[in-house]
Amino acid sequence: MNDHLRELYQQVILDHNQYPKNFKKLDNATCNSEGYNPLCGDRISLAVELAGNVIQDIGFQGSGCAISKASASILTTMVKGKTIQEAEKLFNMFQNVITRDVGTDVDDMELGKLIVFAGVRQFPMRVKCATLAWHTLQAALHHQNEVVTTE
Amino acid sequence: MSELLQAKGIEEACCPIEFLDVERIRDDFPILHKRVRGKRLVYLDNAATTQKPRQVIDALQAYYESENANIHRGVHYLSELATQKYEDARTKVRKFINAGSDREIIFTRGTTEAINLVAFSYGRVTMKAGDEIIITAMEHHSNIVPWQLLCEQTGAVLRVIPINDAGEIVFREYEALLNERTKLVAVVHISNSLGTINPVKRIIEKAHEYDVPVLLDAAQAVAHGAVDVQDLDCDFFAFSGHKMFGPTGVGVLYGKESLLEAMPPYQGGGDMIKSVTFEKTTYNDLPHKFEAGTPNIAGVVGLGAAVDYIVDLGFEKIASHEDALLNYAHETLSGIDEVRIIGTARHKTAVVSFVIADIHPHDVGTILDQNGIAIRTGHHCTQPVMERFGVPATSRASFAFYNTMDEVNHLVEGIYGVINLFK
Repeated sequence: MNDHLRELYQQVILDHNQYPKNFKKLDNATCNSEGYNPLCGDRISLAVELAGNVIQDIGFQGSGCAISKASASILTTMVKGKTIQEAEKLFNMFQNVITRDVGTDVDDMELGKLIVFAGVRQFPMRVKCATLAWHTLQAALHHQNEVVTTE
Repeated sequence: MSELLQAKGIEEACCPIEFLDVERIRDDFPILHKRVRGKRLVYLDNAATTQKPRQVIDALQAYYESENANIHRGVHYLSELATQKYEDARTKVRKFINAGSDREIIFTRGTTEAINLVAFSYGRVTMKAGDEIIITAMEHHSNIVPWQLLCEQTGAVLRVIPINDAGEIVFREYEALLNERTKLVAVVHISNSLGTINPVKRIIEKAHEYDVPVLLDAAQAVAHGAVDVQDLDCDFFAFSGHKMFGPTGVGVLYGKESLLEAMPPYQGGGDMIKSVTFEKTTYNDLPHKFEAGTPNIAGVVGLGAAVDYIVDLGFEKIASHEDALLNYAHETLSGIDEVRIIGTARHKTAVVSFVIADIHPHDVGTILDQNGIAIRTGHHCTQPVMERFGVPATSRASFAFYNTMDEVNHLVEGIYGVINLFK
C-alpha cells in the first residue's frame, strides 16, 4: 500500500468507520438535517439538540464510505458541548485541512483530531465524502430543511 | 501469476482464445501503455467508455488535417470529400447492424439523444393519457427519464418489468403487462450494471403480437456481439460510438423507415429542411430530417473507423475472449468469501458488479485506483437496480477484448488488498 493511501485510510479513520461514535437517533433533537452525496450515494441524517447556543447532544445515521462515516463520527465528538460559533470555527478549520495546498503550514496542534483528514486533499474526488457531514451540520444549525447535496 | 493468488488456490486461467492476439491488439491502443500512479494501467471501466485504437485516433486526425469542411451543400472539393466520408460512415454503420437502408441510420450525440429523439418525436404524437410504456427494472437512467418526461407531458403511464435475484427479467410478468393500452416497449439489450443479456428477440416477438413497437437501448450491446436489426425485428435501436471504441459525442438511432417517415422532426434547423419560407417549411428526406444543424462530422468519421476495426477483429473471436474473461472473473471473485456478485444471469457479458462485505464501493475504487486499476463505483446510473438488490452502490469491473486474464488477476489481488486494509 502506498503512502497516500495509508494517509487517507489512517487507523483512526478505519476505527471510526467500524465503530462510529454518536451513531444514534436523538429523542430531543431541536434541529435536523439530511445530507446526500449523489455521486456515491452517501446519505447522512444529523440531529442536534441545542441548549441555547450550545450543542448539548448530537447524533447521526445513514450509510456511506469510510471517509464520510468517519468524518461524521469525528465531527460529532468534536462539536458536542461546543457553541454554534465554536462549531463553525471548526468547520472552517476542517475545510482548510482538506483543501489547503500540499506543503502549506497549518498549526497541527490547533487542528486536533481533524489532522487525520489531511490525507484527503490528495484525493480530490473524495473531498465531498469528507465534507458531507460538515455541510449537513451547517444546514442543521441554520435550520435549513432541504436536503444538502454535495453537487 | 503472483504467489498471493497461488496461495489462495486460484488456478491460472487457460486462454482458449489463441485466435485473438490480445498483445497485438493492445499495441493498437496507445492509452493502454500508459502508467497510472506509477503502475501499469489496468483499465476495467469499459462499460463506461471504451478506449480508442490508433485507427480511430488517426481517422479523427486525418479528418481535421486534410478533409474538414461542412457537409451536404458545399460544391467545393473538401465539402464533397467530407460529405463522402460522413455518408460512407453511415453505410458502414448500416452494414454493422444490418439495417435495410441508409435512410434508417440517424446520427445523434449518443444513446441518450437517440432515446430522447424517439420519446419526443414518436412519443409525443402517438401517446395520450392512459397509454402505457413498458421498460424493465434494470434500465439505465437514460431509458427511464425520457419516458417519465413523456408521461408527464401526455398522461401516459410507465410500467416496469420486475427482475429476479439473478438480475433477469421475469418474462411472464412482462407478458402480463402487455395489453391494448401498451404503446411502446423500451428495454435495455445488455444491462450496464448487471451484465444481463436480455431475451430481446422474444421480447420483440411478444410485443409485436400486440402491434407494439420496441426500442432497444443497445449502448452496451454493440461492442460485445453482432447485431442484426432486421433479424431482431426491433423498431428502434439506439447506441453510442464511445462505448464501441469510437469517439465521444456521436451515436446512432436506427428506426424502421415506415416509423421514421411518419414521425415529425425532433429538432429544427439547417440540413433537415428542403425549403423554408415564412409561410411553410418542407422537411428533408430521411435520414436528414432528423439531423438538424452541422453534425459531429469528425465523430461520425471516427465511428466509421471504429466499425471497421471491430468488424476486422470479428465478433466470434471477441465474444469468446470476453466470455473467458467473464467466466474467470466470476470464478475467482466468487471464491472470495467477502465478495458478493450482483448480477448472476445465465446469459450475461463482460460486466461483473460486486460488493465487498460492508466496505463502501467508493473506498474500493480509491484503493484499486492507487494500484492503477480503473473500475467504476457507484450506482452506474441505475439507482432502481441498486434499490432492487438492497445496496447503495456496487463496484463494477467491465471488460473489452483488449483485457487479459492477468488483468483479472490484478483485480483479484487488489480486492484482497482492500479486504486486508479494512480488517
